[in-house]
Amino acid sequence: MNKQSRQAWTIFGLTAPAYFWLTITVLLPLTAMLYFSFLTATPIGGKEASFTLKHYIGFFEKHIYRYNAWRSIQLGLFVTSICLMLAYPAALGLAKVIKGRWREAIFLLIILPFWSNALVRTFSWTMVLREPFDILYTYPAIVIGLVHAYLPYAILTIYVSLQSIDDSLIEASRSLGATRWQAFYRIMLPLSMPGVLAGIFLIFVPVIGSFMEPRILGGKQAIMLGPIIESQFTALNNWPLGAALSFIMLAIVLIILGISTPLIKPYLEKSS
Amino acid sequence: MTRLAKIYLVAVLVFLYLPILVMMAMAFNRSALYEMPFTFDLVWFKALMENERLLQASWNSVWIAAVNAVIATALGTLAAYAFARYEFRLKGLLQLLLFPPITIPWLIIGISMLIFFFWVGIGRGLHAILLGHVALSLPYVIVVVGARLRDVSVQLEEAAATLGATPQQTFRRVTLPILAPGVIAAALFAFAVSFDQFVISYFLAAPGTSTLPVEIFTAIRKGFTPEINAISTIIILVSMSLMLLVARNYRFGGER
Repeated sequence: MNKQSRQAWTIFGLTAPAYFWLTITVLLPLTAMLYFSFLTATPIGGKEASFTLKHYIGFFEKHIYRYNAWRSIQLGLFVTSICLMLAYPAALGLAKVIKGRWREAIFLLIILPFWSNALVRTFSWTMVLREPFDILYTYPAIVIGLVHAYLPYAILTIYVSLQSIDDSLIEASRSLGATRWQAFYRIMLPLSMPGVLAGIFLIFVPVIGSFMEPRILGGKQAIMLGPIIESQFTALNNWPLGAALSFIMLAIVLIILGISTPLIKPYLEKSS
Repeated sequence: MTRLAKIYLVAVLVFLYLPILVMMAMAFNRSALYEMPFTFDLVWFKALMENERLLQASWNSVWIAAVNAVIATALGTLAAYAFARYEFRLKGLLQLLLFPPITIPWLIIGISMLIFFFWVGIGRGLHAILLGHVALSLPYVIVVVGARLRDVSVQLEEAAATLGATPQQTFRRVTLPILAPGVIAAALFAFAVSFDQFVISYFLAAPGTSTLPVEIFTAIRKGFTPEINAISTIIILVSMSLMLLVARNYRFGGER
């Protein structure tokens, strides 16, 4: 065997196990789901199924699905913007104001809960929101739970991009006569945009796809795409419809991210 | 300015920890309906010890997380090694394929697995859950081990080869020991990803046998929860200490 083909076999041997696994658990399942979304019935247990577009057409014809999709998008925008607004000052304080041991300790405390169980953290809010606030099973309860779940992501990504900004840039702008506000607005904010953008991606997508938080904290207010898709598989047993709604959800996510990227792009180019 | 920043950050921490602390406190409160005044009691931990379903589910969770950590770390380390040490045509595509499992909402990944596994006869159950967890852990392992591999100088490996070591010997006696901190961090990470995973397990669990998060969700939906406070308290403490361990391991790994 010559050297080149031996190297090719080595590479194959090293990567094949992992990618064989990913093929069986991610690529083929997504393909199968796409196929199912065009079927009239779940073709399991000898049931007859034929090709149809009705699940996709139904989304545009039936008000209920559009309403749910709109509520999901709204929730995504809501939670993402609240997270960014709360996270930016926190990341700024952590990256540029606080130093030494305090910074290390606070940073660790902020990222620690986001590695602990999301379900348990959501559940813990049911005890706080019950009494004396009495807003459990309402829309605000869903928002609070999701902000709590994703705030550390936003702080982390913004902190990383703020920390990489050279302090001498800000000192230079100040000595050239910029006010504190100008230095922040014209230099820090544009340079930290990659972190903000990463935060948007990391929060918006899972929030649109959430179903556990709305179910536990929202009760009857869990009128969103996530819970509707889940119920097609757990209660209503309409797998093709659930599959079609999942692809519509994916499309919505891709479209919104596609629209938002050009809007933020000028900032990204300025910073690089 | 420093003062203001500190006050704000402490407020953020209060928001992040308040519900968790309330839940922990309620785990030690005697009243089942979270009634005040607070009376310290271990009654819910005792009830937990007698709850066969939750104990069985906990055992399943730990077992799956451990096996998942071994498989994902082994497969992921091999792939990370190929990415770090070789140039090949499909590299970009293969690296791109790591994104779907972490960027597509888990809900969609979970139901696509349910559909496919049911269709081809893999079915539901603990084995299906394990299949899914490894897929979710692989990208993280490849990233964590890959980061460590970039720090390991290729020259060391070349030196070993020059001195007469076979590629296998080089890997076992040079690369692997240097890589160890990264591999350990990745394994702990994979354990945590699996142990905390709810969404995918929820769709892949067979009726009757499931993992801890699925059992907890079912119990919350039924509405009776003080034992759940107790088990949740244990989970939070375990997850957080595991992550502190990763953080420590990672830092020491970087200095070695």
